[in-house]
Amino acid sequence: MSRGARLKRDTAIGARDAEPSVTPVTVSRWSVTASAFTGLCLAAVVVLAAIPFVIGGPAEQPLITLLTFIAMASLWNLLAGFSGLTSFGQQAYIGIGAYGLYLVAEHGINPFGGIVLAAITAAVVALPVSALVLRLSGGYFAVATLVVAATLQIVASLSESVGGTTGVSVPGLAGYGDVLREALTYWATLVVAVASVAGVYLLVRRTFGLDARAVSSDPVAAASSGVRVRRIRLLAYLVAAGGAGAVGALIALQTLYVEPTSVFNIQYSVYMLFMVLIGGMGTIEGPIIGALVLFALQETLSAYGAWYLVIVGGLAVVVTLLASRGLWGFISERFGWSLLPVGYRVRQPPSAKR
Amino acid sequence: MNWVNAVIQGMLLGGQYALIACGLSLTFGVMRIVNLAHGDLAVCGAYLGLVLSSGLGVPVWVTLPLLLPAAFVVGMGLQVLLFGRALRHGVLAPVLVTFGLSIMIENLLQVAATSDPRGLNGGALTLASFHVSSGITVSWLFLTGFLTACAVLSGLQLLLTHTSWGRKVRATADDLDTARLVGIRVRPVFATVAGIAIATAALAGVFIGTIGTFDPLTGTDTLIFAFEAVVIGGIGSLWGTLAGGVGLGITQVVVGEVNQAYAVLAVNLLFLAVLTVRPGGLFASHQPAGEVLG
Repeated sequence: MSRGARLKRDTAIGARDAEPSVTPVTVSRWSVTASAFTGLCLAAVVVLAAIPFVIGGPAEQPLITLLTFIAMASLWNLLAGFSGLTSFGQQAYIGIGAYGLYLVAEHGINPFGGIVLAAITAAVVALPVSALVLRLSGGYFAVATLVVAATLQIVASLSESVGGTTGVSVPGLAGYGDVLREALTYWATLVVAVASVAGVYLLVRRTFGLDARAVSSDPVAAASSGVRVRRIRLLAYLVAAGGAGAVGALIALQTLYVEPTSVFNIQYSVYMLFMVLIGGMGTIEGPIIGALVLFALQETLSAYGAWYLVIVGGLAVVVTLLASRGLWGFISERFGWSLLPVGYRVRQPPSAKR
Repeated sequence: MNWVNAVIQGMLLGGQYALIACGLSLTFGVMRIVNLAHGDLAVCGAYLGLVLSSGLGVPVWVTLPLLLPAAFVVGMGLQVLLFGRALRHGVLAPVLVTFGLSIMIENLLQVAATSDPRGLNGGALTLASFHVSSGITVSWLFLTGFLTACAVLSGLQLLLTHTSWGRKVRATADDLDTARLVGIRVRPVFATVAGIAIATAALAGVFIGTIGTFDPLTGTDTLIFAFEAVVIGGIGSLWGTLAGGVGLGITQVVVGEVNQAYAVLAVNLLFLAVLTVRPGGLFASHQPAGEVLG
């Protein structure tokens, strides 16, 4: 009896197969909004690139700060947001980038071209360090990176060849006038910021992005599904270190002075954490929003000194507990927006709708 | 230069590190939280000791019966209000929340107490010392600190192995879900563990403040030392933590004997070396700290 019933059902399924009732769907990454927004971003970059010609000095200084924030936040987001590596020691590579810039400039290489060399130096230093710290995860990874940064700070302050505790000023810039030097620094910062955001965006849109998020949420499960966990974590760590090196070189160009306590300051990690948390971890838009929020807070509250950082720390705690997806997570969930999509969306084509 | 003396002083100093580290080890072992504000909470303990002892006009030791219960309550409160909630948001949230807390504490202390270095009134104990032999003088204060660390660690070990509370804690640490299944109420267990961890941190803070000076930013260095002691000793092993702390202390004092500037560097390098050779620590009773496959 049961066999007969099953046969009947099978036939029914077969009959349905002949005339599919499944509505066809299209899978796409881009939407009209996303394309329009990407165009808008490119236009914004062109406008930003023209600023030194149009407005000049007064607009450059604040924009340099903002663009540095955006670069730092995007790079930290690659580490913590996409790959689950909450490093609180990225100031190690900011410091190495700053000292790297000093060293290449001292050897007669153009400081602006030296930014690339400083980034490479940071990534090269990160390679042996990664062999140590990537053995750990979670909070242990966080503190181990902090130890590495503290160690490098001590090494720098003990090295008399780079000025010890007093530091050194960046050479090779005397030939430039103030206006030209500031404009070049601004453009260099713009290039690094755009490269960081675009680089992270293009990287996480590849298979790497999917793998990294798998590693972040469950390394054991990811490994058992064939994801090369070590390679993914290593790549994220090296890219973030190289980027931090470039940011460090920019900071040296902006301040014209490299000093162990300021370039290895844990403040940088505080800022990175804050921007990415507030904006929304694991999205491309989030860190940019976070950078805007931190920039606004700094412009309005930095006169209050320590209170400013109390608010920064307190907001980080509150956002983690109450709105763990950050401002952008809230907005995109509420309105269904995705301006710089990293995933895919499944949609019914208009013709299939009845 | 006296090497025997340096080793003895280093061992006594290591007791301090172990005292701070045992709370960190306990919180990680039971709740899987690396409390990045642990060092700052120790410094808060020192400031509370300062307020109480200067307010009452007595040495800081007299204020311990007030200070330690207060720290215990603060620890329970933090667990209930912050850490417990953070744990529900996945593995990254506790790291972010405790780091945010650390930033808040450091800067609130700067606002409230300025960044001037302070010291605590340790009474007659501060300067008292005795001669062991020629060239070796032991400070009573350092010895008290070391013995306190040993007593706290032994006490914790006894509590964990011989009481019903300890059984609950060990069961929860081994397997949270199974512990819940057999009827252990996990929240009170977590709250008491956090209370004890913060109370030991505050006690360690009092010793830090009596032996040396402290300022609002001392917490980060304290955390790094405590963390290094935990990793060197092996995660989840209280006696390993004591050995790790002593190892750190001896390295610091012996290298400092040669050149003070290299003392902290040597400690960090020792930590990184142990991490290279034995990432699980020298006396590990558990698996390495979340080592990843692949």
